[in-house]
Amino acid sequence: MYIEQSVIESNQKINSTTFLIKVKAPAIASVSKPGQFCNIKVSENSFPLLRRPFSICDVTDESLYFLFDIHGEGTKILSLKKVGEELDLLGPLGNGFNYEEEFEYGVIVAGGLGIAPFPFLLRKLSNSKNVNVFIGAGSKEKIINYGVNNYSIATDNGSQGFHGTVVELLQSEIAKYPNGKTKIFGCGPNAMLSKLKELCVHKKYQCEISVECAMACGFGICQGCPVETENGQSYLLVCKDGPVFNVQDINL
Amino acid sequence: MVDLSINIAGLILKNPVLLASGTVGYGNEISEFTDISKLGGIVTKSLSLKPRKGNPPPRITETPSGMLNAIGLANVGVEVFIKEKIPFLKKLNTAIICNIAASSIEEYVECTKMLSIEETINAFEINVSCPNVKEGGLEFGNDLFAVGKITDRVKAISTKPIFIKLSPNVSRISDFAKVVKENGGDGVSAINTLVGTAFNIYTRKPKIKNITGGLSGPAIKPVALAKVLEIKRNVDIPIIGIGGIMDWKDAIEMMIVGATAVQIGTVNFINPNAGVEIVNGIEKFCKEKSVNKITGLIGSYQI
Repeated sequence: MYIEQSVIESNQKINSTTFLIKVKAPAIASVSKPGQFCNIKVSENSFPLLRRPFSICDVTDESLYFLFDIHGEGTKILSLKKVGEELDLLGPLGNGFNYEEEFEYGVIVAGGLGIAPFPFLLRKLSNSKNVNVFIGAGSKEKIINYGVNNYSIATDNGSQGFHGTVVELLQSEIAKYPNGKTKIFGCGPNAMLSKLKELCVHKKYQCEISVECAMACGFGICQGCPVETENGQSYLLVCKDGPVFNVQDINL
Repeated sequence: MVDLSINIAGLILKNPVLLASGTVGYGNEISEFTDISKLGGIVTKSLSLKPRKGNPPPRITETPSGMLNAIGLANVGVEVFIKEKIPFLKKLNTAIICNIAASSIEEYVECTKMLSIEETINAFEINVSCPNVKEGGLEFGNDLFAVGKITDRVKAISTKPIFIKLSPNVSRISDFAKVVKENGGDGVSAINTLVGTAFNIYTRKPKIKNITGGLSGPAIKPVALAKVLEIKRNVDIPIIGIGGIMDWKDAIEMMIVGATAVQIGTVNFINPNAGVEIVNGIEKFCKEKSVNKITGLIGSYQI
């Protein structure tokens, strides 16, 4: 884990709402794994005060990529950053996906900005596994397909691809993927992950999901990002015990 | 050479910078980013006799120049702490102050007793001011009699320095410092967080599940300075100053108004190396201003 002053190499809008920022951060890039994240300080002063967590979207050579939507003041400031400016990163944080296990079929299920951790995972998987990607979005304009090829699309309003949710789309094609030989990776809003969990538990699929939570530190000391364990007895921390969890281990 | 060392109620610190309870865990995570041995010490996350699960999410939210938290004293409990956390703390080569939170006077006494025999622990900070759990916090911190009694009982069963962490959510904090002194307490830590809340205007729901939380960060620094100054001018007792310290200038300001040592909290979440940077900044300032002993700054205000 490092505190690294990265340098912005590009910052561009890739659809109606989403930005992709590329920064040069050799130390963090050299040790990052798919599914990990960085906690980013978007300003040098006290507003916004806290860092903001972003999934590591991709890594190439000494560069890191992050995808983000403008949600509040922090992401608004990030969207205005120019090439050559510095960006203070803390990372890589958390545990990544376990993708080196035995499975024949990899299935990626992404809802909206939930695509964020997958370009990097796909880069690691593409040579060895048969991988299929399912992308969900509210409408055609909101589809984010950065870093993915050969994907199926679901839109809530039916403006492109399957008319319905991305989990419903997966369900309609699930017969193609034998449960003993398949591993599913998911990321997206909690409502989507909840449905994905139902499907995976019911049909007995191995599944890992990356979850999101507001947090202050990102490395386990503030205790601000709890997620309840499946049995309800205790909390795990999204930052340190996650953000990737076995879908069966947590209550969504 | 500047002498940065501090003697606070017999506890020798190599410098006056401590990391505040709840912002450093039990030392292991933050040591990935910073050299804890360069600090005056660390104050461990509040311990209770039995483990506590903590509050449901959301537990934190950002506010202008600050943050609200309602963690709910999530902790591993005294037994697990002794077995699993002390071995790491032992290796840190810095002062270890153990923070204790409880829901009864008996529990404060029992926790302190169990931990007192641990050589690794150099002092105790008794948390009578957590705003986020129904029992075991603010209801003691608002009650002069209870604060006096807790101080007296805990002091009676430990030979180690006892600091009482005071609430700012009272009308006269110096009255509480006075009671701590009268009952044999070695010092006070001031201040804990301020009670606050934040609501989402679209859903009309509170932004943290506990509804209210403790406000920390640079937003509370002026309040903390005023409370420390109030204690300094009214009670002769060592003060550990806490509240909104973000850099070395804030730390020095806190010492000038009366703090013997300082704790830094929220800034650790943003820059886990801030403590070491603050120590270096204080040393540089002292050199430039020909302050040979850091103790010369304590309560050196010109009013």
